[in-house]
Amino acid sequence: MSDVIWTTLKLASLTTLLLLILATPLAWWLARQKVWWKEIIAALAALPIVLPPTVLGFYLLLLLAPSSPLMELLHPFGIQSLAFTFPGLLIGSMVYSLPFAVQPIRNGCEAMGDRPMEVAATLRATPLNAFFTVAVPQARRGFLTAAVLVFAHTVGEFGVVLMIGGSIPGQTEVISVKLYQLVESLQFSEAHKIAAGLLGFSFVVLLTMFLTERGSRKTAP
Amino acid sequence: MSGVGETNGIQAEFDGRLGRFQLKVSLHIPPNGITALVGPSGAGKTSLLRAIAGLTRLPGRVAMDGEVWQEGRRFVPVHQRALGMVFQESSLLSHLSVKDNLLFGYRRALKPKSMRLDEVVPLLGLEPLIGRSTDNLSGGERQRVALGRALLSQPRLLLMDEPLSSLDAQSRAEILPFLEALHRTLSIPVLYVSHDAEEVARLADHVVTLNAGQIVGPIQPAIPDLLSSLSPDQIKDLARQALAVGIKPNPQVR
Repeated sequence: MSDVIWTTLKLASLTTLLLLILATPLAWWLARQKVWWKEIIAALAALPIVLPPTVLGFYLLLLLAPSSPLMELLHPFGIQSLAFTFPGLLIGSMVYSLPFAVQPIRNGCEAMGDRPMEVAATLRATPLNAFFTVAVPQARRGFLTAAVLVFAHTVGEFGVVLMIGGSIPGQTEVISVKLYQLVESLQFSEAHKIAAGLLGFSFVVLLTMFLTERGSRKTAP
Repeated sequence: MSGVGETNGIQAEFDGRLGRFQLKVSLHIPPNGITALVGPSGAGKTSLLRAIAGLTRLPGRVAMDGEVWQEGRRFVPVHQRALGMVFQESSLLSHLSVKDNLLFGYRRALKPKSMRLDEVVPLLGLEPLIGRSTDNLSGGERQRVALGRALLSQPRLLLMDEPLSSLDAQSRAEILPFLEALHRTLSIPVLYVSHDAEEVARLADHVVTLNAGQIVGPIQPAIPDLLSSLSPDQIKDLARQALAVGIKPNPQVR
């Protein structure tokens, strides 16, 4: 049992960390760009919200399988396949939760407007320095929301994990799939513990987020 | 950096489309004193200021004391131009305290630093504000902090975009004496956008009028320009009123 929880937490933490790093440049670009076709990119990045997780999982399975063109490129490096492995699961989780990172960060950066970055530039801050010392603190609520949503969404994901994870104990077996297997084998008392645990966890996450937002709204000018 | 007399101050030429009109100007701003940029709203005053700062990119040429900021394909980015800018509305960084706002540009400025915190704070009366957060400052206080912050970034040119226009009459009256004090101590050129005749009369040494993206007439010395339209009796009357409210003759204005 502790194996499952550990795998789930490891997956959720790594997904959150890597996705914040990768989604931030994209969200920043979407917030600052003025060209109309950026919305095509925005729509592509938002696709995982509306796509059934099984559809996403199916395509990812094809992409991560040994015979896929992508994996063939990696064969010389000793990587045959990423399907049914933890790295594969991590990639799947990141694709699945991408919109939950991009959207709040984009909103946060858009709400800030152009002025703070202009002010920073007239005060000798290089663009990169201004990004970290002005944009990130100004849009901190967007980053916080993104982190919480991605983490919670990853803990709760089921369809993608089922398709590409393979539920190997200690490697890719996560809590939501474990619950499904317990119910299938009629172990209801074990299933109750996991279900109630996840319910409580989700509630606490959302409550923490709402209280934080309320707090930062109060102190905002 | 050549030191030819003609290249001192700001030399700015622009010719480019901006929204509805063409901004077509050639402007030389003297190396010291306050130059007021006046004209009706929508004349392109803010656009011209932003183009000089490098915040908006327009075809043209900008040189500051002979140092080229823009010419042909060469375009020095804003953060490498030694300028200070005070925006129309409050632009304090809300995640920083008043003190950290003041020091934001100071910490990033190149040495030598001639403007120091312990000089700027009393000059602008910022002593009671320095320990506070930027929340709950009045409009006038916010603009004073923004001005102090711009000065501490060690600018060689100060650009001010209608810094008082978002303030009520009381805040305006409160901040004008600080600007006048600044005028007497500052040795860098200031380009000051305004549409308020009183501000221009009290602060400006030179006046440039912009209309529909073009400069109207030659650069004018401010006060004679204002007075030339008045009869001697009206001027005497004005002087009496000024003395009555406590305005003393400034020996620097001839």
